[in-house]
Amino acid sequence: MWEKLPETKPPELIDSKGFRADGRRLDQLRPIKLEVGILDKADGSAYVEQGKNKIMCAVYGPREAHPKHIALPDRAVIRCRYHMAPFSVDERKSPAPSRREMELSKVIRESLEPVVLADLYPRTTIDLFVEVLQSDGGSRCAGITGASLALADAGIPMTELVAACAVGKVQGQLALDLSDSEDKYGEADLPVAFVPNANLVTLLQMDGSLTTEEFEKGLGMALEACRTIHGLQREALKKKYHEMKDVVEEKEESEVVA
Amino acid sequence: MVLVAEVKQVVAPGELVAEGDHIVGDNVYRVGNQIFSASVGIVEADGNRVLVVPLKGGYIPMVGDMVAGRIVDVGLSGWSVDILAPYPAMLPASETPGPRGARRRDLSETFDVGDMVLAQVLAFDRTRDPLLTTKGPGLGKVSTGRVVEISAAKIPRLIGRKGSMIGMLKRETGCQITVGRNGVAMVWGKSPEGERVAVEAIYMVEREAHKRGLTDRVREMIVKAGVVGEVARD
Repeated sequence: MWEKLPETKPPELIDSKGFRADGRRLDQLRPIKLEVGILDKADGSAYVEQGKNKIMCAVYGPREAHPKHIALPDRAVIRCRYHMAPFSVDERKSPAPSRREMELSKVIRESLEPVVLADLYPRTTIDLFVEVLQSDGGSRCAGITGASLALADAGIPMTELVAACAVGKVQGQLALDLSDSEDKYGEADLPVAFVPNANLVTLLQMDGSLTTEEFEKGLGMALEACRTIHGLQREALKKKYHEMKDVVEEKEESEVVA
Repeated sequence: MVLVAEVKQVVAPGELVAEGDHIVGDNVYRVGNQIFSASVGIVEADGNRVLVVPLKGGYIPMVGDMVAGRIVDVGLSGWSVDILAPYPAMLPASETPGPRGARRRDLSETFDVGDMVLAQVLAFDRTRDPLLTTKGPGLGKVSTGRVVEISAAKIPRLIGRKGSMIGMLKRETGCQITVGRNGVAMVWGKSPEGERVAVEAIYMVEREAHKRGLTDRVREMIVKAGVVGEVARD
């Protein structure tokens, strides 16, 4: 394949009818798929697809803290690693942890720490892995959504699930849940993580610039989207157990016929 | 005092369970007048107390629990035991039955690395690692039988209300079954076939722990497998 020439003009992100490059309206989320409990070895796990993002989350713990000196006497230590697979982007990404990945590991951890009842497990660690298999913008938010599901799946007590979503400004207009190209060529990006019942924002970052009015309206859009995602999370978590029930009922029926 | 969720309903963390002045049980928390779930689990009400029985989760030691563990290290005055908890357990030599002097010489004669032991949690709190004892009936080294590892969250279900599930399993499979609170069950049968069915039944309880009428379904499975039900005596 020939090396691409540098783009002279940013691509058309919003057409004249107000639709985005992938056919969405400005206030529309990308299609989301959430699955819980897919890894056997992990204590809890979740898989998230949001647009072209594909993210695997795994939780181990609470378990013995190693190295021992990191343990805290009054609560569990939560550790998080956000990592992008070398094949997750167009150009091979070096598998070594980059500056960006270290930052995202930290903000994902900090967005989840307020909900985890870590004081129930003193002197232990809870290890959280967010592995991006395919990346398409907004992966920190999808990572938080998945990681909180994986925590719940591990049976770790927490006050609530955390949902996350980004808004941004693209060609002068606020747009929900930015895709990769909208993030790259847009004017602003505002990722938000939200805990609905507690009415708590646990992640708020921004790059680019927004006016105060835009910020307020955008934050409102993001919170609304987080509520939607939160509903999907609950559904996904419970679905796992209802699915098992259906299988058994089906089996019983077929036995009657035989 | 209203139970918003039904008893036996599956709830997610953050879901409203009850409103009013209930007593807050395990895996629920109170905000003002409302009680929310803190885990994925099944809502239970015990008088005025509401709680959520978790569907998943590891083992956290409690004083008095019977646990099955594996010896990982032999020290000068005791053993380190892996009891599948986030905390390493210690079994001091003074907590094994028998005369003192004989024990003192070489601890690996009593329990060696890799041995399975049945023990009881003697002491444990937030600040101290669990301390075990093998003084007591049925405790000590286990060198026969089959070990079945399941999730510790499913152990109450395996025992059943007043031991209904475990009693049925023993009766129907003719096996002797001991259950450690840490998610380890041990099965001793008269025949390998009986043991196999009992192990299968235990896994079935783990898989379908959150469903009603499980005892009858497990019994059916055992009867179908054609094991002669007779209580093992030892």
